[in-house]
Amino acid sequence: MEKAVHEGLRPRITEDVLKRVAEIAGRWRGRPDMLIPVLHEVQEVAGNGIPKEVAKAVSEAMGVPLAQIYSVQTFYSFFSKEPRGKILIRLCKTAPCHIKGTKRILEAFEQALGIEAGETTADGLFTLETCECIGACDVSPAALIDDTVYGHLTEEKVVELVQTLRQREQLNGGA
Amino acid sequence: MEETRVVLHKAGEIQPTSSREYEAAGGYAGLRKALADPDQIVDMIKASGLRGRGGAGFPTGLKMSFTKGASADKKYVVCNADEGEPGTNKDRVIMEEVPHRLIEGMVIAALGVGADQGYIYLRAEYPYVRTILEKALADARANGFLGRDILGSGFAFDIQLFIGAGAYVCGEETALLDSLEGKRGEPRVKPPYPGVAGLWGKPTLVNNVETLSNLPAIMEHGPEWFKSMGTEKFPGTKLFTLSGNVVNRGVYEFPVGITIRELFEVVGGGCPNGKRLYAIQTGGASGNIIPASLLDTPMDPESCAAAGATFGAGDLMFMDENCCLLDVLENLTEFFVKESCGKCCACREGNPQLLHLVQKFRHGTAQRGDLDLLVELGSAMTIGCLCGLGQAAPNPILSVVRFFPQVFTTSDAYAKEVS
Repeated sequence: MEKAVHEGLRPRITEDVLKRVAEIAGRWRGRPDMLIPVLHEVQEVAGNGIPKEVAKAVSEAMGVPLAQIYSVQTFYSFFSKEPRGKILIRLCKTAPCHIKGTKRILEAFEQALGIEAGETTADGLFTLETCECIGACDVSPAALIDDTVYGHLTEEKVVELVQTLRQREQLNGGA
Repeated sequence: MEETRVVLHKAGEIQPTSSREYEAAGGYAGLRKALADPDQIVDMIKASGLRGRGGAGFPTGLKMSFTKGASADKKYVVCNADEGEPGTNKDRVIMEEVPHRLIEGMVIAALGVGADQGYIYLRAEYPYVRTILEKALADARANGFLGRDILGSGFAFDIQLFIGAGAYVCGEETALLDSLEGKRGEPRVKPPYPGVAGLWGKPTLVNNVETLSNLPAIMEHGPEWFKSMGTEKFPGTKLFTLSGNVVNRGVYEFPVGITIRELFEVVGGGCPNGKRLYAIQTGGASGNIIPASLLDTPMDPESCAAAGATFGAGDLMFMDENCCLLDVLENLTEFFVKESCGKCCACREGNPQLLHLVQKFRHGTAQRGDLDLLVELGSAMTIGCLCGLGQAAPNPILSVVRFFPQVFTTSDAYAKEVS
């Protein structure tokens, strides 16, 4: 899932973002056990990803070696080394969804967004990922989009869903 | 067919996060009884015959007794809510609908083993459950069910919510503990077991959501009542998750020992669109795939094992006549390749080789010897891998070899060469 993001799409990690990162991580200096909650929080302010400069800021503020952060962030699928889109689409591709037609749903998402799984749209709005079981087997095929499960997906529903999400973002002031 | 709701008692009828409504529906009565005689808790759980509901089926009372018997300045109770097994979402239903039953169960467990700190390790894939748990925990604290002086008994215990970050292997209890400590979730070499040396090296009771949620009713109604349900070796009810090609997908609570046929035909309503049932994956992604002819197998670990099925966490994924088992096996093995933590060689290297072989059959390029190799490698992994993930990963393949050998032997090139 680690496809290179086009340099131009990479949201700049500003001084302000790094300051907020240091603030979050600094609260847990000397508490390496808090690394995972910190990375969750940091990722949210740093464009849905933990690029190296952000990891360095966490390392310095928490007093945790950079190698430890790299080791943890690359282990868990919810963390990314690259910034991602504002909206994360995680399409479940595990067996209970697979036998209910995830492949067609993936193609529908790819077509509606104009990107492949693992990529981010040019406007930085969407990242499409496939993921393992999200525990929504009762409504498969299903996707977890940010914090919400969308189930009983069909090709038509995917088109509508992408449109709705785009409109919602435009109302909220764009990407 | 009416459910037997013990864990899901009043689920959907009460406001989930309200301890007041939970209490009005009979909740926290088990905890009150437990507080009256904490020393009896572990013995009562032992006597009830309760076994773990996360898939391994270890006797819960025995597990508790290890932690109770360990002497330490600090002990923990950890709830494994990292429900990652594909085809399982029963713990999600418990946490969404009756979170206070889980909280009550954790307090009882803590009281029984002498722990003062608890954790719920919730998978990141359930962000909407987090909100519910946070509210329920806050409500429990505000009403004296958690905190420094629980219900005026002087017993102190609190629960912290920890959100995972997406890793199937963290459902393995020692990997989960490493993750709780802020590390990669890689399974530890056992022994020592968490019961005596777990979180931060301290005695730690790790139990599944459903297991802990059974404690309140056992405390309230007693071990004999509990043993009146289910089978002799696996008493009680179980939450079964039905998925795949079945009309009424979802989670249902029934006494252990209900047959797969009852779950499929009566509860599940059969395959949609009048399709014929072809195969059933039992016990999740790492469970055995069995033919429709074994529908009369009772869902309890002993009957499942005798028939060649897997009880696991009570999952049943139904596949109709349109399913291609090699396609399903490829999907399942890709899952294990991706989710292997990489710590032990047998799993890290074994799964990609299994996948390679399955794909050869899938694409019709398998040769003489490939089937033997598949079975040999799979069997080696079941004994050679460090943790349950690698040990169980070949199960689907090996069960298809056993029950559906034609799937492999009719694969083009292989068939030509062997005939």
